[in-house]
Amino acid sequence: MIYPDSKSLLEVRGLRATVNGIEILKGIDLTVRSGEVHAIMGTNGSGKSTFAKVLAGHTAYEVTGGTVLFEGKNLFELAPEERARAGVFLAFQYPIEIPGVANNQFLRLTYNTVQTQRGKDELDPLEFDDFVREKMKMLEMSPDFLDRSVNAGFSGGEKKRNEILQMALLEPRLAILDETDSGLDIDALRIVANGVNQLATRDNATILVTHYQRLLNYIVPDYVHVMESGRIIKTGGKQLALELESHGYDWVSSEQRAAAGA
Amino acid sequence: MSAVLQNLVNQPYKHGFVTEIESDVAPKGLSENTIRMISAKKNEPEWLLEFRLKAYQQWLTMEEPQWPNVKYPKIDFQAISYYSAPKPRKKLGSMDEVDPELLRTFEKLGVPMHERAALAGVAVDVIFDSVSVATTYKQKLAEVGIIFGSISEAVHTHPDLVKQYLGTVVPVGDNFYATLNSAVFTDGSFCFIPKGVKCPMDLSTYFRINTEASGQFERTLIIAEEGASVSYLEGCTAPRFDTNQLHAAVVELVALDNADIKYSTVQNWYAGDENGVGGIFNFVTKRGLAKGVNSRISWTQVETGSAITWKYPSCVLQGDNSVGEFYSVAVTNHHQQADTGTKMIHIGKNTRSTIVSKGISAGHSNNSYRGLVRIAPTAAGARNYSQCDSMLVGDQCSASTFPYIQVRNNSAIVEHEASTSKIGEDQLFYFAQRGIGGEEAVSMIINGFCKDVFQQLPMEFAVEATKLLGLKLEGSVG
Repeated sequence: MIYPDSKSLLEVRGLRATVNGIEILKGIDLTVRSGEVHAIMGTNGSGKSTFAKVLAGHTAYEVTGGTVLFEGKNLFELAPEERARAGVFLAFQYPIEIPGVANNQFLRLTYNTVQTQRGKDELDPLEFDDFVREKMKMLEMSPDFLDRSVNAGFSGGEKKRNEILQMALLEPRLAILDETDSGLDIDALRIVANGVNQLATRDNATILVTHYQRLLNYIVPDYVHVMESGRIIKTGGKQLALELESHGYDWVSSEQRAAAGA
Repeated sequence: MSAVLQNLVNQPYKHGFVTEIESDVAPKGLSENTIRMISAKKNEPEWLLEFRLKAYQQWLTMEEPQWPNVKYPKIDFQAISYYSAPKPRKKLGSMDEVDPELLRTFEKLGVPMHERAALAGVAVDVIFDSVSVATTYKQKLAEVGIIFGSISEAVHTHPDLVKQYLGTVVPVGDNFYATLNSAVFTDGSFCFIPKGVKCPMDLSTYFRINTEASGQFERTLIIAEEGASVSYLEGCTAPRFDTNQLHAAVVELVALDNADIKYSTVQNWYAGDENGVGGIFNFVTKRGLAKGVNSRISWTQVETGSAITWKYPSCVLQGDNSVGEFYSVAVTNHHQQADTGTKMIHIGKNTRSTIVSKGISAGHSNNSYRGLVRIAPTAAGARNYSQCDSMLVGDQCSASTFPYIQVRNNSAIVEHEASTSKIGEDQLFYFAQRGIGGEEAVSMIINGFCKDVFQQLPMEFAVEATKLLGLKLEGSVG
């Protein structure tokens, strides 16, 4: 939701990034204030997932230009784990499997790490168990999943729910959801979206990276940005997503070309 | 490979110091005279000298095995010293008389000896280069009839037992290195658990190679009589030298009816530097004979050291219903090479064996699992389950699995599972994105991977093993 007096959480200016020497991001500008929900849409290869990973600090990408301030501080001075502890959360498009590491052990370690960073007390295994089970109810997850290895053998839907569960545990300031809707059936989509909506507050913000308008029926964005070839080429309100749905991405591109030619 | 992984797997070797201690080192070279010299130094009975000489004659006709998946220059067996002992100031009567320099060495190594042995509740036999220097708790063990000490001592105090069992599990002519060991072994541990006795504490041996260009050829013999049980731990370290040192040990275990022997090893011999210079050649033969009905032999090993490891702790399941187990974690880095695994030989009826092998390769290392499961025609109802998992850290290392399965009884059930996985940038990024830094992430991934094996280790060894891998365990008990 847009609040007139809210603070700027994320300021991206002229961001450029490469992977294996190929430039993917070619100058991105974006401002996100607390309380807001932004959707970043675009075709495959437009750079939207790269943008999400660069913000989180994936080591495969090199930042070659521009600045990113997170709560007024230079984000690029922080290592990926420091960004996470500072409140930047990325829900992965393809959550990683970690065989042999039990989910409850992993969740508790990540929870306690972030809690410690915030000067709060850690939870012991029993306290944590109660705490996490409460959160799991919101996502309609079965308790046996705590004993299974992290994401190993999970269905697509289970993996995505696990991402949102982690988001619920870590309570980030800025949550970036990378194609969280892909691979979800309609029921799972509703559960996941419901979870995201419940977690949204006036003090945090969400960036939804998505290909389809479908997710935006459940999580209503304040802003919609269209990415193409590593840039944001159009920004609008939630109705922009609907226009994209009916006219296709080509429509924005040709509109832009026309504007450039004019 | 990410910097975190590089740093983590490249931790310097902590046990690489040399103890300045006066040693009695035999001249290099191997001949009948060398063997007579060793035997004379130990004042051995005639039968043992004959055992050695017979082995030596046989060894001369044998060739080094070429089948392991490892590469190394030809060993010059004449360039090795076959005997090295710290010079005692006088005959040792108690721990207090041990050379303080030697005690400091073991202190540096964190060996639970002396008072610390009491705290840890572990009886320790310490082998320094070639001789056994101290055995703790001997008295207390003797009260329940357990004999635990050096094998050279046992040769004198219990010659009949040694004579009865020595070479019965690993015969004199078994293989090139075992035969060499039979000819030149200098010391090792001897352990005898009489009928019906459950050993009240874990027994432990600590091996240390200190002298450059010396070989260590220890010989361990453990016998558990009917209904007896024992848990035995073995740790190994060596200083850092540019030359390779040979370690060719033989371990023999015998379990009679209803007896139970659990043998755990944490092997951390010097592995050579990051360019593969120096390090121990660890060519070891370990075998347990589950001779009696319902007997059990269980091997657990954590192999992190040595330039080259060639080792197959095995079980011969002769008694009906006997059980063999092998749990292994083998970690290789830099230019280390490991060819390790087990043999499960099923002879008796309804014999069962379990193999769980976890190989972790990093750097330019090469890690192979090699295992044999043989079901003899007599082994009706035999069962085996094998699981061999490999994990690769980085993209310069390799992992191989060589399972050999021979089934000659059609009532047997044999299962084999294998997998290969990789600690990649993506996994580490996933942890980082949840606030967990590189070292802790790798630790958690590797601990998760090795969990099935670490669970088998006695408590204090499990702690040492996780530390060895440069790991911190997130407390799983609140």
